[in-house]
Amino acid sequence: MNAPTGLTLAEARAALAAKRISARELAEAHLAAIEKLNNLNAFITVTPERALADATAADARIARGEARPLEGIPLAIKDLFCTTGIRSTAASRILGTFIPPYESTVSARLWAAGAVCLGKTNLDEFAMGSSNTTSAFGNVVNPWRRRGDNRDLVPGGSSGGSAAAVAARLCLGATATDTGGSIRQPAAFTGTVGIKPTYGRCSRWGIVAFASSLDQAGPIARTVRDAAILLREMSGHDPKDSTSADVPVPDFEAAVGQGVKGLRIGVPKEYRLDGMAPEIEALWQQGIAWLKDAGATIHDISLPHTRYALPTYYIVAPAEASSNLARYDGVRYGLRVEEGGDLDDLYEATRGAGFGAEVRRRILIGTYVLSAGYYDAYYLKAQKVRALIQRDFDEAWRSVDAILTPATPSSAFAIGEKQDDPVTMYLNDVFTVPANLAGLPGISVPSGLDASGLPLGLQVLGRAFDEETVFRVAAAIEAAAGFDALPQLRAA
Amino acid sequence: MSLDAETVRRIAALARIRVKEEEVARLQGELNHILAWIEQLSEVETEGVEPLPGAMRMKLKMREDVVTEGDLHDAILANAPDRADNAMGSFFAVPKVVE
Repeated sequence: MNAPTGLTLAEARAALAAKRISARELAEAHLAAIEKLNNLNAFITVTPERALADATAADARIARGEARPLEGIPLAIKDLFCTTGIRSTAASRILGTFIPPYESTVSARLWAAGAVCLGKTNLDEFAMGSSNTTSAFGNVVNPWRRRGDNRDLVPGGSSGGSAAAVAARLCLGATATDTGGSIRQPAAFTGTVGIKPTYGRCSRWGIVAFASSLDQAGPIARTVRDAAILLREMSGHDPKDSTSADVPVPDFEAAVGQGVKGLRIGVPKEYRLDGMAPEIEALWQQGIAWLKDAGATIHDISLPHTRYALPTYYIVAPAEASSNLARYDGVRYGLRVEEGGDLDDLYEATRGAGFGAEVRRRILIGTYVLSAGYYDAYYLKAQKVRALIQRDFDEAWRSVDAILTPATPSSAFAIGEKQDDPVTMYLNDVFTVPANLAGLPGISVPSGLDASGLPLGLQVLGRAFDEETVFRVAAAIEAAAGFDALPQLRAA
Repeated sequence: MSLDAETVRRIAALARIRVKEEEVARLQGELNHILAWIEQLSEVETEGVEPLPGAMRMKLKMREDVVTEGDLHDAILANAPDRADNAMGSFFAVPKVVE
């Protein structure tokens, strides 16, 4: 058998059921790996006592023959999900030592399914970023390095800690969230699988809000099957989130391996960017060939408003963020900075000291586009373009069942490499943002390496609430790609 | 549309974020760069398009307008940066707002 940290989630599940390994052994191996690879800075908080207690309880359940779907599986939770009694920071100074007295619905579901809590993973502050360099707890290091180059690379963001932890084998899977690509882009940068499900599939209750009409939770895992197993347990209707969809949750795992024979795959011409790296184009063509070989048919489609998705996003998301982040006032929880004066001075001093540069920029942009006299020109205009972007997809679904695109315009970059200005960083999400605006499911699957030996991902988009087709196509790509490269920095 | 320094100060005040005077010029540059990039939306024809506020495809559910939880005084105050406890109960404490 592989080392415990080298197992996939599905393999660990089988090993636990067959009693070839105990939940305690599995937890201990992962805790040791986290300690050994501490310099990746993938975790903000590690919870060893909780992990061992969860594992002991899981072993008892397994012994009694009462194992639940994720019994004894060690997971990491993005530190954007509130966890009862465990510090939850959103990687921001402003949340200080906030210890939630409640549990997010998604993490509660995972614990109810028997999962073991290893701790909370690092992220961009308030999930705003594409490189995990905006965290108040320091940047995360990508476990992958360029061939012959020892420089640290970014893991992508905002779920950079979750992606790095999964890639480096510090956990069997992790929760993440995706507002404009924050699951799929870091998954692509770390050679892992990440799915953002349909808006409404996972409850947002107890997840620190960034942009409420775009935020969705999803898993990052090492295989398509593992992602399907996790997503099933994370999904489901929650009366505490009014946007949570009251629809049945299919057995996503059953969709994996069903094949793509007869499926119609769309290839949108607008995703072919000027000056796109030839390797990205080649990977895309390879993906098309794999799906054709597996029995799918390929269709050229048009999503005419694609190029307006990013600017639309950078109105909608900051606008919602400026409203959501108004709650951090230094009064009820989190950081308080008092420099004398009145209540307004308290607010301004607290928020001035508590928010990092990127969060502050987005709050100011959001405040501006919502301010008197500018609302129609910016916010209303963006909502109209958003409608056109959704309409493009609705049109496409008349002729195709899924859409294939690259996941990112490049592989992982070094810290500081793409940070000349905020807009350059925003361009990382050019392929992922449209799915958030339209509320559609999207997955990133590791599909190959670039010339420097870094992983590249392909993205599959599907109809609303049709994650099953997304998983079918992703599994076909995974099987054809046979991606078995490993990051340089990893446990066993 | 381009922001002047005074508008940057006004937005920061609206957002209740203290911005040091020496930061205004840099922020002005960054915000104007982002806004100039966003400006490309003006070339999209949106006449008669119904604005889309969210990606939700089903009607929002309504629930009974009743209290679903309560008596969580201690939990609610547990993270308070400052609190006041007196004969009337326990409260969040803030600087004096009424003279």
